[in-house]
Amino acid sequence: MNFQQEVPLAWYLLLSAALFSLGIVGFLIKRNLITVFMSIELMLNAVNLSFVTFAHQWHAVKGQIFVFFVMMVAAAEAAVGLAIIIAVFRARATLAVDRIDLMKL
Amino acid sequence: MHLILFFLFAGFCLAGAINLLLQTHPINSALSLIVVMTSLAVLYLLLGAEFLAAAQVIVYAGAIMVLFTFVVMLLNAGREERTLGSKAAARLGFPAITVLFAVLATMILHAHDLASASLNDDITSTQDLSRVLFHELLLPFEVTSVLVLIAILGAVALARAGHGDGSVDR
Amino acid sequence: MNDSLHLWLIPALPLAGFLINGIAGRRLPKWQVTSVALAGPLAAFAVVFIILLGVMNSGSATAAAFLANTPSLPFVDHFGSWLAVGPLHVDFTFVLDQLSLVMLLVVTGVGFLIHVYSAGYMADDEGYARYFSYLNLFLFFMTTLVLAGNILLMFVGWEGVGLASYLLIGFWFQKDSAANAGKKAFIVNRVGDFGFLIGIFLLLAHFGTLTFTEIASKIASSAVELPILTGGVLTTIALCLLFGATGKSAQLPLYIWLPDAMEGPTPVSALIHAATMVTAGVYMIARTHVIFDHAPFALGVVAVVGAATALFAATMGLVQNDIKRVLAYSTISQLGYMFLACGLAAYSAAIFHLVTHAFFKALLFLAAGSVIHAMGGEQDLRKMGGLRKKLPVTFWTMTAGVIAIAGFFPFAGFFSKDAILYAAYLDGTNGKIFWVVGLLTALLTSLYMFRLWYMAFLGESRSPGVHPHESPWSMLGPLVILGVLSVTGGWIGIEHFSNFLAPATGPLNLEAGSTRLEIILSVVAVLVALEGLLIADKYYRRRPERPSQVAAAVPGIYNLLLHKYYVDEFYGAVVVKPLLAFSKYVLGGFDLLLTGAAWLLAGIANFVGTIFQGWQSGNLRSYAAWLTAGAVALLLFLLLSNYGFAVDLKGMGR
Repeated sequence: MNFQQEVPLAWYLLLSAALFSLGIVGFLIKRNLITVFMSIELMLNAVNLSFVTFAHQWHAVKGQIFVFFVMMVAAAEAAVGLAIIIAVFRARATLAVDRIDLMKL
Repeated sequence: MHLILFFLFAGFCLAGAINLLLQTHPINSALSLIVVMTSLAVLYLLLGAEFLAAAQVIVYAGAIMVLFTFVVMLLNAGREERTLGSKAAARLGFPAITVLFAVLATMILHAHDLASASLNDDITSTQDLSRVLFHELLLPFEVTSVLVLIAILGAVALARAGHGDGSVDR
Repeated sequence: MNDSLHLWLIPALPLAGFLINGIAGRRLPKWQVTSVALAGPLAAFAVVFIILLGVMNSGSATAAAFLANTPSLPFVDHFGSWLAVGPLHVDFTFVLDQLSLVMLLVVTGVGFLIHVYSAGYMADDEGYARYFSYLNLFLFFMTTLVLAGNILLMFVGWEGVGLASYLLIGFWFQKDSAANAGKKAFIVNRVGDFGFLIGIFLLLAHFGTLTFTEIASKIASSAVELPILTGGVLTTIALCLLFGATGKSAQLPLYIWLPDAMEGPTPVSALIHAATMVTAGVYMIARTHVIFDHAPFALGVVAVVGAATALFAATMGLVQNDIKRVLAYSTISQLGYMFLACGLAAYSAAIFHLVTHAFFKALLFLAAGSVIHAMGGEQDLRKMGGLRKKLPVTFWTMTAGVIAIAGFFPFAGFFSKDAILYAAYLDGTNGKIFWVVGLLTALLTSLYMFRLWYMAFLGESRSPGVHPHESPWSMLGPLVILGVLSVTGGWIGIEHFSNFLAPATGPLNLEAGSTRLEIILSVVAVLVALEGLLIADKYYRRRPERPSQVAAAVPGIYNLLLHKYYVDEFYGAVVVKPLLAFSKYVLGGFDLLLTGAAWLLAGIANFVGTIFQGWQSGNLRSYAAWLTAGAVALLLFLLLSNYGFAVDLKGMGR
């Protein structure tokens, strides 16, 4: 490792991969519905990071525009998703993921 | 400089993410996520995406996370209980994730045509961004705005007090 | 060769009758059904008769019109190829020679008379059209059997008459006993057919052909070189064919179906179980006589079977109380005579007896039918009596039949039975034993036939409430005709008859004897028959209480005879029960297998379903886990299929 002012883009990608994996872990092990949703947001952010990295790699603005769109969609999704969570809470009075199993056979 | 900044804020990211997993109360997880979002904004700056960094802070950290926090407080979600978990999650999920990360890491580390970034290196100005956005990608932009409108409507409809009442267990 | 004799008409006309009556008979008015049913046999008989005239070279105008020139026998009519598989070549050929001509005359002639009789007998039956369609079907198969030029086509007719017999025995199928009798007949026949089939297979294996003429020429031409003739193969074939014949002709050990077959309508018993179908076995042996001639051991077996059956059946006929049962056992006994004749290589004598037996046995059955019809369905001899005054025509015709079967001169039975006994006597020491057995059987025959005659017709009526009336002329007409034939049928004489048949059945070798011996033996036979008549007279007319006293005196023997030597029970215990038990056992095994397989399939489906059900837990986290796993697997698959591991490893060097 040298102290040049350069950071290899691979490390950004590595970070993105790590954040993504951590997001999946959270998605799997968390028991609160809102926390699960937050893990999903984490995953989205990780992907955003990799988009920006590649935009920098290939000097493509479109990569960043894609990130912009992802953000918009994530915002909309967050709004609607939280509204659903509120509705579920009203119906089931619980936020525990394991209790909300109406789709069970 | 770039390196130090990178390591610092990358560390914040990871710490925040791990903290999100470790905390039991959702509000703590939300605050950790805010840390992650902000650190990511700095990383975007480091990669030369000014506008996105700003948007990240305003939209994600400022709006979405606030929304999350409001909902947590609204629903008065308490600490997580220990419930009967899913065995599949542990037995199937963790190995899958490990495999995934390992594969990604291997691929990334062995790709030999990735460049490097440095400060002040190819900053994308907002002007460049908007030039492309409002010329070539105008239609997706408009559609996205419609999408946001629909989302607002949906959220309002779903979260209204009259909706979803008639619940089984209160 | 001549123009075609149109031999195909002979089976085809009854077949047309079968189809018409079978398909549309229920909707046609009765007179139409009758006309169609009678037209077939009559036309077939006409064809045969014309051919006979042509053969006799009588110069008849009709014959000349129908036939281009005088046909020469044997006449082969080819109708095309049937099977041509590898070495097996079987064609549809009809062969008309002296033997089949004689047989056809009997089959179509007596058949037609019985059709006429049936029109009267079955007039009130619901299944009138069905009955006649079956009867025509029978004629079709029987004529096919007789005309067949190869043994496979004969087997088709063989099986077909068995089928017709089954259908007709079980005609009143609503009655359990009739349905069972039909089944029994068919199954016992099938057992015999098994032997027949083995014989056919052996013939095919060793001769490569199934045509009678080819087999005969092969045996005749290479009598010395063919190793098969010395290896016992011919004997085996002959024994197999004999086994088949015992099934069809009700000899030991497969005779058990014939008494039960009396469940069918009486005309059926007359036609099928007296005159024609049961004689198919004798016909078959006469047809394949070349094989039997070269297998002396088999011939001996044939003679023993015939003689034993004749005596055995005659003893059982003594005590039967059902009028039809007596006649059934009489049929078995007379068939035994024919087999005995075949066993002595006196084939033409056997055929001669076949012809006369057809006359008087059909007559006896039809007359018995007339009696039963008059008595309103009563068949028990103990309830009959005094019918002589009430049913005159029936009485006189039946008397003719009884005298004929007893073998009194100059009725038909005398000539044919005498020929057989004469041939037996001339056959060396074994022959003398057969002669004695035959004589004993003749005594018993005369005895039980006159017993029947006395019990049914003479004395006073034993059922006072019944008022019998004579049958209609549709029934009496055939009786009269058959009565005349029973009287005159034997007058052609065995010598002329065997000379006529010689080209087909081989000559009748009677040189060892002399005319004087022949006359002496005939006188002995008539005396024996007379003795039978006298005994019957004593026991059933003058001292009618004696029979029951005798029966009480020897209850063991009486019961043995009455229960038919318990043969049916024996077969039931030794063959039927084990077979049923075995099939239950096998069925149980198969049942287990199939049930097990079904359960296995259901179990698998259940098990898999349970697994998948566990999958749909409704648990979000497990869904998430599966999602993740699936996505990663997909990713890996894509990676590995597109790039392979080599890429990753290659980059390591950098």
